[in-house]
Amino acid sequence: MTITKAAPPRGDRRDVDEPRGSRVDSSLVLIMLLLVVVALQGPIREAVSTPVMQSWMTVFVAVVVQALPFLVLGVLLSAVIAVFVPASFFARALPKRPALAVPVAGMGGAVLPGCECASVPVAGALVRRGVAPAAAFTFLLSAPAINPIVLTATAVAFPGKPEMVLARFVASLLVACAMGWLWQRLGRTDWLRPPARPESEGLGKGAAFWGSVRHDVMHAGGFLVIGAMAAATLKAVVPASWLQATADNPVLAVLALAVLAVLLSICSEADAFVAASLSQFSLTARLAFLVVGPMIDLKLFAMQVGTFGRGFALRFAPVTFALGVLVSVLVGAVLL
Amino acid sequence: MSRQAQAAVLFLIGGALLHASFTDLYLRYVKAGLRPLLLVAGVVLIVAAVATVWYELRRPRVAKGKAAEDRSENQSGIEHHDGHGHAHREPRVAWLLALPILALILVAPPALGSYSAMRTGTALQKPWGFEDLPAGDPVRMSLVDYAGRAAYDQGRDLHDRQIKITGFVALDRGGTPYLVRMELNCCAADGQPVKVGLAGKTPPVLQPDTWLEVTGTYTGKQTRDPVNDGVIPFIDVTEAKPVPAPRDPYDEGGGG
Repeated sequence: MTITKAAPPRGDRRDVDEPRGSRVDSSLVLIMLLLVVVALQGPIREAVSTPVMQSWMTVFVAVVVQALPFLVLGVLLSAVIAVFVPASFFARALPKRPALAVPVAGMGGAVLPGCECASVPVAGALVRRGVAPAAAFTFLLSAPAINPIVLTATAVAFPGKPEMVLARFVASLLVACAMGWLWQRLGRTDWLRPPARPESEGLGKGAAFWGSVRHDVMHAGGFLVIGAMAAATLKAVVPASWLQATADNPVLAVLALAVLAVLLSICSEADAFVAASLSQFSLTARLAFLVVGPMIDLKLFAMQVGTFGRGFALRFAPVTFALGVLVSVLVGAVLL
Repeated sequence: MSRQAQAAVLFLIGGALLHASFTDLYLRYVKAGLRPLLLVAGVVLIVAAVATVWYELRRPRVAKGKAAEDRSENQSGIEHHDGHGHAHREPRVAWLLALPILALILVAPPALGSYSAMRTGTALQKPWGFEDLPAGDPVRMSLVDYAGRAAYDQGRDLHDRQIKITGFVALDRGGTPYLVRMELNCCAADGQPVKVGLAGKTPPVLQPDTWLEVTGTYTGKQTRDPVNDGVIPFIDVTEAKPVPAPRDPYDEGGGG
């Protein structure tokens, strides 16, 4: 325990988030909440029986249910890194110079077989384990885009167009590394404001492991729910015909699909199939969809806020988006 | 949120996932292939809940000295019965996890239906190739298979054959009926419809979202989806009978 903790609770306690002076027992609140909802389930069901609400709920539940297994995978990996992998391992595994560690971490992303929900907690654990943030962020961006499952899905979705797989791989890796180097140049650690974590010193390995799992699921899961609500709102409310209007203009098309990727928050293992069906758009525009989507979308943004702090996410997300679009256009011009 | 409450939430999410994957509920939201992952995730979450309670019960003995020290530092006077003076609490955002639990257990929203289908353009893609039609008359085929052959193969093998396809009904603004099957690649968020127009002897009253088994023949009639300009082939209906919704309401697309 450090002296700073003993100081009057000020400033950076927003994530700790205990309402000042509140003595309400959260278990009790939870039980009351459940009871109220169960008692009111008739009216609630009726309220959500309109087609818009039904479709909203279906997409909302689907995004959460689909993402949870990958979130759990990421959370377990993150707990393993935090508890069982010694910090010295990463010091040895990654090159000393961050400039070199970035591309190594980028390629390392190829081995995490999952979608983006898994990579956020893992990247968080890497930073806490002393990995250079630049390398950890490169991993965060590259892992969901270039792993074998995602690339295979892309090949299946674009039959007869292997250049699409290559373009996705190259563009994603380029953006990930560029972001890593950019962070190394300009990034400031005081932007990173990870929320307080449970004290794991002095605990047994088991307690530390499950403490980390519990914390990450509650935390990232809460933000995942926010992202899922946003994605469901888009899917259920915004008419798809708006997109059609932008397809004919090459510049607008790229931007429109990049924005769509952010808003839709589709799992990176499935986005290739959606991109394939957006056949009225140019291949470059669809490449932008595939490059931007796994790196930054509503769900990811919410989870990044939760893992690294708002100051970080507000700076990191727009730059990632801009770089993603730019690199997609360049790679698209060369390869497609 | 106290650790007990967190354990309860973890347990409920895990339980909801297991409930969804042991019944066919999960098929409304994600593709069938995700089931093993859902089961594992459900078990892990429940174990995490049990472990949380377990370590919480053991904690007072193990960390008594430390807890006392923490408590003296905890000047804001927050004292929970579970507290042991942890300086750290999970943020309020964790409460949102109650939403999907309630939605899944209490409401269990239906699979995507006609509302989503008519808002989204048809996702019909040119198939890689066409296998020979199976024998039988009428020949039973998937709606997506029929649509692909009718739109991109000029119905070559389809002439003179009775065809049976199943899907749900959706009506466009003008009242034209379509038979639709949603294609799913991962979860319902990427669900996209494949539409087949109904011509010929369509039933006089068609209720959106009812499942129909349509028997009919190939027709060259086609139209364009107003949403994305995709091709919508038609089928000449000879008989349409209502059927219960299939176990898996989606067609698993992606050719994989």
